[in-house]
Amino acid sequence: MNSASPAPNQDALQKKPWHKRIKWDWTLLAVLAPLTLVLSLVFQDQGRRAGKVTWEFFLEMLVIFPAVLIIMGLFAVWVSREKVVKYLGEGSGIRGLVLSMLLGALPTGPLYIAFPMGAMLLKKGARVANVMAFLSAWACIKIPQELMEFQFMGWKFALTRLSITIVLVGILCLIAEWIYNRIPEKADKSKSAGQT
Amino acid sequence: MMSLTAIVINLLVAVALVASVLKDRNKTALALKVAWNALKRLGPSVLVVIIIIGLFLGFIPEDWIAGIIGSRSGILGVLVSAFLGSILFIPAILAFPLGASLLESGASIMSVAAFITTLTMVGFVFIPVEIKELGKKFTVLRNGLSLIAALIVAVLMGLIL
Repeated sequence: MNSASPAPNQDALQKKPWHKRIKWDWTLLAVLAPLTLVLSLVFQDQGRRAGKVTWEFFLEMLVIFPAVLIIMGLFAVWVSREKVVKYLGEGSGIRGLVLSMLLGALPTGPLYIAFPMGAMLLKKGARVANVMAFLSAWACIKIPQELMEFQFMGWKFALTRLSITIVLVGILCLIAEWIYNRIPEKADKSKSAGQT
Repeated sequence: MMSLTAIVINLLVAVALVASVLKDRNKTALALKVAWNALKRLGPSVLVVIIIIGLFLGFIPEDWIAGIIGSRSGILGVLVSAFLGSILFIPAILAFPLGASLLESGASIMSVAAFITTLTMVGFVFIPVEIKELGKKFTVLRNGLSLIAALIVAVLMGLIL
C-alpha cells in the first residue's frame, strides 16, 4: 500500500476488491481441517459422526465431480461465447425466451462472466426479457450445475425445481421488461450510450 | 456406492467425451486442460464445503437447524434461507451438496429450495459488477425478480413435494 500511489494505481486497487486478494478457499481449508481434527478428538462421538458424513459426501463427490469438470471443459471448447452471442439476439416472443434460456444453460463460467455478454446484447438491440432470461438460465439452470443437483438432491427434487424455475423465470422476465421500459433511465451514467 | 444417477451421468459424459475425441483430438485435449484447471480452481472449495458439511451434521444438534429452517419455522425459515443464499458467495455447483446436507439435518424442502435458488441466482457480491455492465435499473430488476422467483419456487416446491 504505497501512500503516494498515482491515480491509475489506485484505480487498479479499486478494481481488485479486498475479498479477491485473499485466497479464501485455501485459508478456510487451513483453518477448518485442523479445527475439525481437534474437535473430533475432544468430542469423540460427534467426531465419529462428522467423519462418517464427511467421508460419505466425499465419495458422492468423487463419483460425480470428474464428470462435471469434463462437461465444463467440453462446453468451453465446443460452445464459444461468440457463437452464443450470435444466436442470442435472434428469435422473438416465446421462441426468443426459450432460445435465450437454452443458450444460457450451455456455457460455463461464473455469472459475472455473463454480464458483459448481456451488456453487449442490450447494446445490439436484443430484448430486455431475452437478456434477463439468458442471465437467469446462466445462473440457475446451467448443465454442469444440474448434474450436481441430480446427484445430490435426487431426480424428483431437481426436475420439480427445474420446471417451476423455467416457467417462472420466463414470466418474470417479461414482467421485468415491462417495468424496465417504463422507468426513465436517469441517474444511470454507466450506460447512457443510446439514451437521451 | 455409485447411485443410478451417477452411473447415468457418467455414461452420458463418457459418450460426449468419445464423440469429442472422434471429432477433434486437439480440441478434446484442450477441453481436458480446461477441466484440470477448473479442478485446481474449485478443488479447495469443494474440500472446504465437505468439511463444513461434516462439522455441520456432526456437531450441530439437528433440532437447532430444524428449529431455524425446518418445516415448523414456515415462511420465516424460507426468508432466512433466501437471505443466506443471497449474501453467501459460493461456487454454484457447491450449492447442491450444501442443500443436501441441510435437508439431511432437518431443514424443510421449502427452505432448501429457497437457499439453492437464491445462492445461484441472486449475487449481492456481484451487484457492483452487474451495475457497471448492465446499469442500475437492470440490476435492481433482475436481482429483485430473482429473489421473488426464489420465494415462489420455494413455496411451490413445499406444496408439491
